[in-house]
Amino acid sequence: MPDTMIEVNGLTKYYGEHLAVDNISFHVEKGEVVGFLGPNGSGKTTTMRILTGYLPPSTGAASIAGHDTMTGSLEARRHIGYLPETVPLYTDMTVEDYLQFLGTIRGMRGPYLQKRIDVAIERVKLGDYRKSLIHKLSKGYRQRTGLAQAILHEPEVLILDEPTVGIDPIQVVETRELIKELGREQTLLLSTHILPEVSAVCERVLIINEGILVAEDTPDNLAVRLRGTEQVQAEIRGPSADVIRELRALEGVTSARYIDTATGPRYTIESPSGNDLREKIAEMVVMHGWGLLQLSVVPMSLEEIFLELTTADDEEASAR
Amino acid sequence: MNRPTVSMPRVSPGGVKTYLASTWRNTFAIFWKESKTYFTSPMAYIIGGVFLAITGYLFVSSISVPFPEASIRGWLEPSTTVFILWAPAITMRLLAEEQKLGTLELLMTSPIRDYEIVLGKFAAVLAILFATLVLTLFYSIMLFLYGDPDFGPLLTGYLGIFLFGGASLSIGMLASSLTSNQVVAAIVSFGVLLLMLLTQQAADITSGLAAQVLEGVSLSGHFEDFSRGILDTNNVVYYLSVMAFFLFLTIRNVESRRWR
Repeated sequence: MPDTMIEVNGLTKYYGEHLAVDNISFHVEKGEVVGFLGPNGSGKTTTMRILTGYLPPSTGAASIAGHDTMTGSLEARRHIGYLPETVPLYTDMTVEDYLQFLGTIRGMRGPYLQKRIDVAIERVKLGDYRKSLIHKLSKGYRQRTGLAQAILHEPEVLILDEPTVGIDPIQVVETRELIKELGREQTLLLSTHILPEVSAVCERVLIINEGILVAEDTPDNLAVRLRGTEQVQAEIRGPSADVIRELRALEGVTSARYIDTATGPRYTIESPSGNDLREKIAEMVVMHGWGLLQLSVVPMSLEEIFLELTTADDEEASAR
Repeated sequence: MNRPTVSMPRVSPGGVKTYLASTWRNTFAIFWKESKTYFTSPMAYIIGGVFLAITGYLFVSSISVPFPEASIRGWLEPSTTVFILWAPAITMRLLAEEQKLGTLELLMTSPIRDYEIVLGKFAAVLAILFATLVLTLFYSIMLFLYGDPDFGPLLTGYLGIFLFGGASLSIGMLASSLTSNQVVAAIVSFGVLLLMLLTQQAADITSGLAAQVLEGVSLSGHFEDFSRGILDTNNVVYYLSVMAFFLFLTIRNVESRRWR
């Protein structure tokens, strides 16, 4: 059994001309709970759809439990429990029939399937509604039905796309508790545009914006970085290891990373806000005799992404 | 941009059996769910009721002539026209609804193959067709009670109408896979079916190659022999090819989501 449950390498996705995901790489180890944080339309859903084998990547590759999502799609899919953003439900079925059907197409049968259905219904606390028609359920209970479906076959990897969108505040709290519980047993990747949700359930956060993975950290560190960080992007021709070292040595630099994007290799340099590093970087590059091809303040700094993210749940606010 | 294709799972010689077993299980699971949905929803009964009302009328009018013939031909031939309304009504929700509900994403990210989804659904609508035709056996029973019909044309007639219905359903299924809107799916399949029926008339007024081609694609042209009691492999192959062709297109269309 491989320890890396989700592995993503240089994943890029174009929709026609539109670049939705730009050379993303990350991995999720067994048992980790990772949050995928980003504003709406930043490429979260696209990435998850590639991971689940629903969409092909334009370039790059992804694998689940060691199975490539393209060449070993069927095998990879066996290891995934997936809850898409719009909960896919057969509204004219009962909760039980729905789970029965999905269990069957995942290869479960007979008493074993019955037991799994009982366990899943128990886990998401749907006991009183197991014989109810899905279209009669409230949004929160529909969400739970969706979750029950995702955990039905005891998948090793759970992928949840915006699991708390559009449900009422009390149920949001309950759903988060549930997700937290699930995360204790399973590898979990969850996407959200709500910052507090990430700190509530995740051990590690990946921030994605306009298709680019801009940061990766623990929720606590991120909260600090998000509030007061400015990013500079530089294209520097020179030995990357040396460049990184020199960048990190600059005064005021909190972090420097090398990223290889579809539009060319780049460095991302972060500093506390109100600190324009461009001059210092230019000076340093010239001093070492490297080539400075481009230097710009990132159009959307982490701070701005933070502002785009919902800090208090919109849904909660409007429901009250 | 590279277009990775979904490769078939590698099957070892010993794995063929398990491969077939899993395909059978998955297809059956889809078939079962789909049939259950049809038989528990009022829709299928309404469509079936309307179908029986019209064919019942056709049957009565075919035997209400001065010297009625004890055969099913009288109602069977005009009922092909009823089928081009019936088939879109039955198939319109098949894949369009899955797309609308988002459940197609769920199916496609489950460990089942795309063709199993399509074949399972097709088997379910064939079962509906079969059940509907069983109900029309009532007309034939009447014929046997009050007349002395030939057994041969009756059998070939039923075989023909089953093949005709199956071909219509496969066309409806492709239309349903193209859109998430059931109404659009119904209109498209109705349009295609009507055109394929009308080519027979066009063939009658043209000649030479054009007439042959028009007659070749005509859905109704291949049906006449069946109702006369003639079993021509040419006609059987025609309907089977129509089914295979449209099922193939449906499968490719469902799969194409994975290349885009």
